[in-house]
Amino acid sequence: MSVGLISDVVLILLVLSLAVWITIARTAYRAVVGFVAYGLLMTLLWVRLAALDVAMTEAALGSGLTGILLFAAAARLAPFEAAERARAPAPALRLLIGLLCTLVAAGLAAVVLWLPEPAPTLAPLVAEHLPPTGLRNPVTGVLLAHRAIDTLLESMVLLPALIGVWSVAADADWSGRPGSLPRPPASDALTLLARILPPFGVLVAIHLVWIGADEPGGKFQAAAVLAAMWVLVMMAGLQQPPAVVSRGWRGLLVVGASLFIAIGIAGIWLADAFLAYPKGLAKPLIIAIEVALTGSVAVALALLLSGPPTRAHRCEAGR
Amino acid sequence: MTQAQALVAAGIRDLTDLGGVVLVFPLMLPITGLLLGLVLGGRYLGRFVLLLTLLGLGAALAIAAVVLVGGDALQYLLGGWSPPLGVGLRADGLSAVMLVTSALVMLAVALYAQRAFPITGDGSETRSSLVFWLLLLGVWGGLNTVFLGQDLFTLFVALELLTFSAVPLVALGGKPETLAAALRYLLFALLGSALYLLGAVLIYGTYGTLDIALLAERIAGADRWPPSLVAAIALMTVGLLAKTALFPLHLWLPPAHAGAPPAASAVLSALVVKASFFLVLRIWLDMMPGLLATAGVQILGAMGAGAILVGNLVALRQVRLKLLIAYSTLAQIGYLFLLFPLAAGAEALALTGGTLQVVSHACAKAAMFMAAGLIAAALGHDRIGELGGIARALPITVLAFGLAGLALLGLQPSGGYLVKTLLTSAADASGQWWWGLVMQAGGLLTAAYLFRVLGYALFGPRADEGRPPNLAIKRPGRVQELVALLLALCALLLGLLPPVAFDLTGVGRAGVDAGAAVSVAMAGAFDWGKLWGDLWPVLIVGLLVLCAVPWPGGRPAADADSVRVSSSVTGRAAAVVGLVFERVDAALRQWPVAGLSLLLLGLGLAGSLVGGA
Repeated sequence: MSVGLISDVVLILLVLSLAVWITIARTAYRAVVGFVAYGLLMTLLWVRLAALDVAMTEAALGSGLTGILLFAAAARLAPFEAAERARAPAPALRLLIGLLCTLVAAGLAAVVLWLPEPAPTLAPLVAEHLPPTGLRNPVTGVLLAHRAIDTLLESMVLLPALIGVWSVAADADWSGRPGSLPRPPASDALTLLARILPPFGVLVAIHLVWIGADEPGGKFQAAAVLAAMWVLVMMAGLQQPPAVVSRGWRGLLVVGASLFIAIGIAGIWLADAFLAYPKGLAKPLIIAIEVALTGSVAVALALLLSGPPTRAHRCEAGR
Repeated sequence: MTQAQALVAAGIRDLTDLGGVVLVFPLMLPITGLLLGLVLGGRYLGRFVLLLTLLGLGAALAIAAVVLVGGDALQYLLGGWSPPLGVGLRADGLSAVMLVTSALVMLAVALYAQRAFPITGDGSETRSSLVFWLLLLGVWGGLNTVFLGQDLFTLFVALELLTFSAVPLVALGGKPETLAAALRYLLFALLGSALYLLGAVLIYGTYGTLDIALLAERIAGADRWPPSLVAAIALMTVGLLAKTALFPLHLWLPPAHAGAPPAASAVLSALVVKASFFLVLRIWLDMMPGLLATAGVQILGAMGAGAILVGNLVALRQVRLKLLIAYSTLAQIGYLFLLFPLAAGAEALALTGGTLQVVSHACAKAAMFMAAGLIAAALGHDRIGELGGIARALPITVLAFGLAGLALLGLQPSGGYLVKTLLTSAADASGQWWWGLVMQAGGLLTAAYLFRVLGYALFGPRADEGRPPNLAIKRPGRVQELVALLLALCALLLGLLPPVAFDLTGVGRAGVDAGAAVSVAMAGAFDWGKLWGDLWPVLIVGLLVLCAVPWPGGRPAADADSVRVSSSVTGRAAAVVGLVFERVDAALRQWPVAGLSLLLLGLGLAGSLVGGA
């Protein structure tokens, strides 16, 4: 047995047992801790599968930002958990549910094992059609050129999601600031961290966007890093979350998708198709879109974590 | 006249010369509007969206004209990349019908809602106004992408856009129970999305493409279906059914559609549930027509029949008007799924009937929710037993409700009549008479709850007896009443469109001559014998129901909503049957039961496909 195989088996067993542990955890807080660890292990699994872009996204979004969101939710739900547990289904029903879930998972696993070998892939086709884009990272090529519409729509989906989060505010609080971020008690360590880390985070984000054209990386990962830095600053109390009625911030939210659509429409005349890039200009235009989308997605992610607007100063009572 | 015709013909020619690029307009219009609207905000958002819906309707009609005149589907390659590498758009006749229908309903809702979400005096925006108008655009963008997309993953993103826009609309009122309904909807719809995505992944793993046309070629070329394909179809179908709220996966629909503000309910009931149905249609008819030869179509048909019977019976027993309409939606979704077993034997008839059901129900149901919203706003409640006097106070609104109901139950020349006639002919042609029986029963039950509401509205005892009239009445805007009435008339007079308009349905599909099918169905629709034959059962049901409505000065209104519909023996038997169905429905709407239904349905579908090719 090679070292790689042994580490894979250990990783898979860890992931499976963590999944079970998350499901049976007594409190939401414990389940979230398990979930974050699970995300990090999944990141390693993606690295083992040589899917670096997926691994980075999983670490940044799946484990990182989702983790913050779930921690905040678990903290808010903690007072009601005991009452909720009393209403949980009877053990027999839970056993049945567990059994059925296991069977479904086993069935799906069997189907996956049945898939044709070698797996059909578009990778050679993507590689063949990468040169006109001027990019060298095939993932960015697929996301920004071959399947640009999916990326455009995915970045749009964030907006209804954010508006949906805002929509649960009370009518009277609409002009207030979001107040769902956990606010740990002020401490010098947190303040120091929130002052020192963001410049490095911003550098990392710029690096991720810039190399995304040729190496693994890109806007979603960079945006997650930027959002995390901003959330850290807000959680340390160095900056208040912006009011949802602020036009300036809303402008930042839409600038990425707007630029994407504008360049796409210009393509109808300049490159003979919607979402096509003129010859020779593909790479600069793609990088422009990536930069703008990074900003918009970062703002959207941070605002999603900040929650619906509340009356001023309500956020102080978070913890 | 001839000059105008020449002008129109020239315009269509110009558009045809542009080719598939015209499809970008309906794809991008709502999305761009959402981006601009978010920055614009404030006082003029409603007008802005109204303007967009006008543009959108114009574009949809233009595309429909080009598709109809050209006689072939419009195609467009995004970015110039052809599948499997790139993503294509395609508008066949079916897409064009859906584009026009959704643009029409959107325009009506935009008109109706101008007064529904007021702005504060100083012109600054309010929560409900911003959320409603922007998410309306989000829903519209999702719908148009679903109707035009040709790639299973693009369609998934479109469904996500649709779901995330639709769910918050449910909770716009801000009450705890609507928030609970929205969360229920969100969880079940997300489960549906996950199942769909899982299926799409399996399909990519099997065939290396997600393009529907390429998949159709590759699947048809295989001599037997691999297990991954069978699993994928079962997963995707069940996921989409959960999003469509097909019985018995409807646990989220009644509270969500009844709890949303009326303008939002109209969109949710008329359009949103149709998007996932449309994808089932794409998968079963276009991607894998071989599915029609399997026993799976009987499962879909049986669930449709269950929806018609249970939905209508439970609707009959509702105390609140909006819940009644929501259960009516549940039943009407059922008709859509009768299309599948019938298409196996008579595709042209079944497909035309199913498409007309989408259009007719969209108009009628939007009109009903709008009318119910005006009634509820006027009375301050929507309890059916206390509607007395409303017909005198809001005659146009009650007329709109009644006409929409007539269109649903299928009287000449409504869309419902065409649906019933076409699907019944399809049932006869394919030797499956039992589906016809279900439709007849469904029509009579629809008549029963329609007359129950109209009975109370026209003859019911007034709740404010003794007080001066119209004290509690808040007058709706004239525009709102007229919009509801016009939508109801659209549904009611659908059959009078020239047959050539129906030909649109069959464009891009071999062997579907929809215009001819409709001509046959409409021929003789107004013969006395035929008219009377369709009318007398409805009249008898109507009379029976009206007898049960307490007259002014009779029993107190609240009593009429109890189990006792009538004191006669048959009345009591009917009440018991209704009660049984109500219990069945309540049990099916429990989470564990719904989960188990979903699992069994998936297994059943997978089982019915194994070994087919």
